[in-house]
Amino acid sequence: MKAIIIDDELLARGIVREYLQQYPDIEIVQECGDGFEGLKAIQQHRPDLVFLDIQMPKITGFEMLELVEQPPAVIFTTAFEEYAIKAFEAHAIDYLLKPFSKDRFDKAIQKWKQQNPDERKTETDKLLQSADLQPSRNRIVLKDNGKIKIIPAATIQYLEAADDYVKIHTAEGVFLKNRTMSFFEQNLDTQNFIRIHRSYLINIQLITRIEPYEKETQLAVLSIGVKLPVSKAGYTRLKTILGI
Amino acid sequence: MVRSITKGSRFRVSFLSWWLVWSLLHGMVINSYGAGVLQSTVDSILCNLLLAAACLLIANNMKYYLPQQERYWYMLIMGLVLSALWLVITRTILKLFFHADATYMQLLANSSAVRFMLSFLIVGCMAVMSQLWYTLQEQQEANRRKEEAEQMTKDAELLKLRQQLQPHFLFNSLNSISALAGSQPEKARHMIQQLSDFLRGTLTRDERQWVTLEDEFRHLQLYLDIEKVRFGQRLQTDIRVSEQASKLHIPSLLLQPVVENAIKFGLYDTTGEVLITITALEKEDQLQVSISNPFDEATAVNTQGTGFGLASIRRRLFLLFARHDLLQASGTDHIFTTTLLIPQYQYESDHH
Repeated sequence: MKAIIIDDELLARGIVREYLQQYPDIEIVQECGDGFEGLKAIQQHRPDLVFLDIQMPKITGFEMLELVEQPPAVIFTTAFEEYAIKAFEAHAIDYLLKPFSKDRFDKAIQKWKQQNPDERKTETDKLLQSADLQPSRNRIVLKDNGKIKIIPAATIQYLEAADDYVKIHTAEGVFLKNRTMSFFEQNLDTQNFIRIHRSYLINIQLITRIEPYEKETQLAVLSIGVKLPVSKAGYTRLKTILGI
Repeated sequence: MVRSITKGSRFRVSFLSWWLVWSLLHGMVINSYGAGVLQSTVDSILCNLLLAAACLLIANNMKYYLPQQERYWYMLIMGLVLSALWLVITRTILKLFFHADATYMQLLANSSAVRFMLSFLIVGCMAVMSQLWYTLQEQQEANRRKEEAEQMTKDAELLKLRQQLQPHFLFNSLNSISALAGSQPEKARHMIQQLSDFLRGTLTRDERQWVTLEDEFRHLQLYLDIEKVRFGQRLQTDIRVSEQASKLHIPSLLLQPVVENAIKFGLYDTTGEVLITITALEKEDQLQVSISNPFDEATAVNTQGTGFGLASIRRRLFLLFARHDLLQASGTDHIFTTTLLIPQYQYESDHH
């Protein structure tokens, strides 16, 4: 079976490598120092197991995983207790809090071996969809023409639902990411982003005025010249956040 | 900034009503001495409008700081000058209006001394009131700052453990030691030593204490050495301290959070090698320390200068020196630089 280790610290990768020596059936196909390399390696080798650190250069382990089309089974290795425990307990995928012992490592491997492959896949998917495991986001990471693109939240104008994707409108252009609207609604800072409609999530800094439209609906006029519909529920939310 | 006495609706209301009553009395008194109704009214309105203006002028001027001794001279001289000026102006204008009315002109001439005295009294009262107000305000401000400083010291004690000894730093360092223990036990032992020295240094240091830059850098070096074991070749440092600068003083543990910040953004905002540059030199009797790290302009919009590290440093500098301009942060050409200025007079006044 193939494994990849992704961690920006050489010594931290070393300890996983050392512990894995006792498992001749698991072959380390590559070691990576950041999410960019990691993403490439996962797509190239299609590993059965990935050891993944969370805080890494440029993009976090979570953000990298979001970009993988069929995420492999993941064992997180992190010193960040705060967002590990909750999510992993809920989804029964293992995590290793640094520094971890050989015993703890062996248990994680046992756990992984006992899961059947289909189960693993759904667990990883569930993990990625769960919003509360991630620290509050101030950016979105996505793939644009094969390149990794980091979009700071402040530069987002609004998000628009489009089938299985969400269109992210920015001054630079429109980008696509295959996540649901509610994923973004839960992940983006609620002080700055508000769901005004089933299909629209907007950056409230850009609102210039709200004008009545048809019965029970309004139009939000953004400073970039776009008019977006506001549903009844969206209007209530908007009024609360703007204090009107 | 001290709040001006003339700002605020309570002052405006009482000031206005006092002058209304006073003008009425003024008119009535002049009238009872034989001046006509028109003359009394014009006299009263003109005199009191100008006098009220003089009062506002002195009340606002008292806002600017003067040493205690000079304040009283200032109040006396301003009172005399304003009253004299006021008398000349009002008399000239009233004469212009009513020079045909002999009775009134006589009354005006006779009352000059009384007018001057009253005016001096009123302007003087206003000055004393303002003086009391501003002294009180300054005291309140000073108390507030003192309380805040005490609170900050307390918070700092708590933060010291949580922030200086960042759990992530600690756990990741322990993880590195764990890795080294298997393959290179000598290095593991060495790192345990470094980590212990660093922790001991952080725990025993007092944030209110001033240390030489040399001393502070020795502590900082321990931290950098540990980080270098963790990040290996990725982390490079270039430290340049001029000889004069290393003898200057700095509040202890002030630099480390800034360096920590630089390392964090350098390492997590870019890939590849990260060079952290630290330069310290003496500049016009002040200590200037600059810390720079690479960053990515495209993705770093959220982090510049707002990191908790920098905000708390800015706060500490303000509480120490009552100045906001001692920490500058700027990012150009993929290099983010934080510059600290440490005036030395505070240390000198505390220790000599």
